[in-house]
Amino acid sequence: MLKIAGRKFRSRLFLGTGKFSSADTLKKAIEASGCEMITVALRRVDLNDPSDDIMGVLDRSKYLFLPNTSGARDAKEAVRLARLARAAGSGDWLKLEVTPDPRTLLPDPVETLKATEELVKEGFIVLPYINADPILALRLQDAGAAAVMPLGAPIGTNLGLITRFQVEIIIDQARVPVVVDAGLGAPSDAALAMEIGADAVLVNTAISVARDPVKMAAAFAGAVEAGRGAYEAGLGRKSSEASASSPLTGLDFIKG
Amino acid sequence: MFAIPAFHKLQEQIQAADVDDVQRSLRADHLHAADLAALLSPAADNYLESMAARSAAITALRFGRTTQIYAPLYVSSFCTNRCTYCGFSADNKIERRILSLEEAEAEAMILHQRGFNHILLVSGEAPAKLGVEYLEKFALRLRDRFAAISIEIQPLSSEEYTRLFAAGITGVAIYQETYDRITYGQVHMSGQKCDFDFRLETPARAAAGGMREVGIGALLGLADWRAEGLALGLHLAWLRKNFWRTGLTVSFPRLRPAAGEFQPLVNVTEKDLSHLIFALRIFDPDVGIILSTREEARFRNGMVGLGPTRYSAGSCTAPGGYSNPELTGEQFAIGDHRTIDEVCGAIRQKGFDPVRKDWDAGFQQHSLPL
Repeated sequence: MLKIAGRKFRSRLFLGTGKFSSADTLKKAIEASGCEMITVALRRVDLNDPSDDIMGVLDRSKYLFLPNTSGARDAKEAVRLARLARAAGSGDWLKLEVTPDPRTLLPDPVETLKATEELVKEGFIVLPYINADPILALRLQDAGAAAVMPLGAPIGTNLGLITRFQVEIIIDQARVPVVVDAGLGAPSDAALAMEIGADAVLVNTAISVARDPVKMAAAFAGAVEAGRGAYEAGLGRKSSEASASSPLTGLDFIKG
Repeated sequence: MFAIPAFHKLQEQIQAADVDDVQRSLRADHLHAADLAALLSPAADNYLESMAARSAAITALRFGRTTQIYAPLYVSSFCTNRCTYCGFSADNKIERRILSLEEAEAEAMILHQRGFNHILLVSGEAPAKLGVEYLEKFALRLRDRFAAISIEIQPLSSEEYTRLFAAGITGVAIYQETYDRITYGQVHMSGQKCDFDFRLETPARAAAGGMREVGIGALLGLADWRAEGLALGLHLAWLRKNFWRTGLTVSFPRLRPAAGEFQPLVNVTEKDLSHLIFALRIFDPDVGIILSTREEARFRNGMVGLGPTRYSAGSCTAPGGYSNPELTGEQFAIGDHRTIDEVCGAIRQKGFDPVRKDWDAGFQQHSLPL
């Protein structure tokens, strides 16, 4: 079972809550996805308002609430927002996003590392959103990140796992869980991420913008399970040469 | 510094595009200025449906099934400019008003109670009456109650924008009105606004001053809307290259009846406006597109999700008008008179989430001592 910072998760699909057409659709998609970890942009919610529509659909006894710092331009802003959120009762978990370019929303590696160091010191459980940079992943792990979240492709692009080669290196090297975040556009993308050994995936746009978000949430749940199953079962090596499944020539002629 | 090509050159480039150019541009993943010219051309007039579909798909991907909601708060109608098209023009005999900070705060609180979290402070251009100091003080009073505060006032210096940003103002809207120098000179008769280049450089100064979001725009009804669209696209692209940290928005206010009996110099239809919105969305997938209450409810409802990402609601364009609905002296007559709840209800009916909060004052350093 997936374990992050000592907490166990049955589902390896995490859900983002942005871009949904209504709080009601979001609620149904969460239920259909079977996910247990849900991330919410702090900029979108008012933690001090009990009638906030997004917070209203998140049953915090069922789901781990993972607030994120989307919109922060540097470490200072992200740290500040995290502190305010924790003071308002959001808990210790934090998805760290430092995205100074509002167009691509690509994460700033330098500021992300700085913010992680500071937030870990302050007792946060930090899951940083990063580009698929293996060395940065190692640096964050050393700084105390509870998991790393490399992107499959830039947020909201649906381009899939275009960073596959780099993500494979990250998975290979990491001691902490690797959650592929952003850019996964179809269940097959999520399945691929799981097949290569990602510990979990986080999906938002592909579900929230689908014609039927609830059905799509269920489709992703199935894909994540299938991909994980294949990883655990052990996938065969891909090869361009044909090889018979029952070899005709054995090696029994070799003596000794 | 951003240099805008001569308006007639832009028009020539647009007119030269043919149907093949339009089709090629509609297939492209990354559009260049030439593609925008093609999409704005008369050859593209028959492709409005395809453009709308592409625009809607891009908007959904980048912004989701959401529409942001904001309200303008008019703080002053004093103006030292004489502009032929504007209700606040210095020559017009309207009742002028500047709200005291207490009056302005009372207006803001009405908007807050109605459920607005994003507000845009608007004024005529009279720096001696309403300057940085006023806005700074006002923002400091408001910042703990509003998620985002923007301004649409006279052009300022970079240093002044930095000062306002520190006080909690995160966005600046500054519209060129028209990118055609000749028309610009004709409609701006006197005042600081006569300086075309000073105004043109204002978005860059706002971005350099640290503003998170800068809005540019053209007032439709002054010159050829197609060329205005291309000029805006060029301006956007230049700002993106030079200020990659700054979020950008565009707006295309259509001239509405106003005091002074000004009639639009060119007719811009709803079809033209939609065409412009779709073309700009396809050209720049990430730009915020504002559709204000200048437009009628029917049109605004129809456009939900097709390209625009931000709607104003329940707007009053006279200073003090939220507290005293009988007040006259508005900048222009609005076209959509619905309340915020009615506008949000209509957006929900279209399958979109009206988002009232999409920022947080906590990003900045000053709101609460920590």
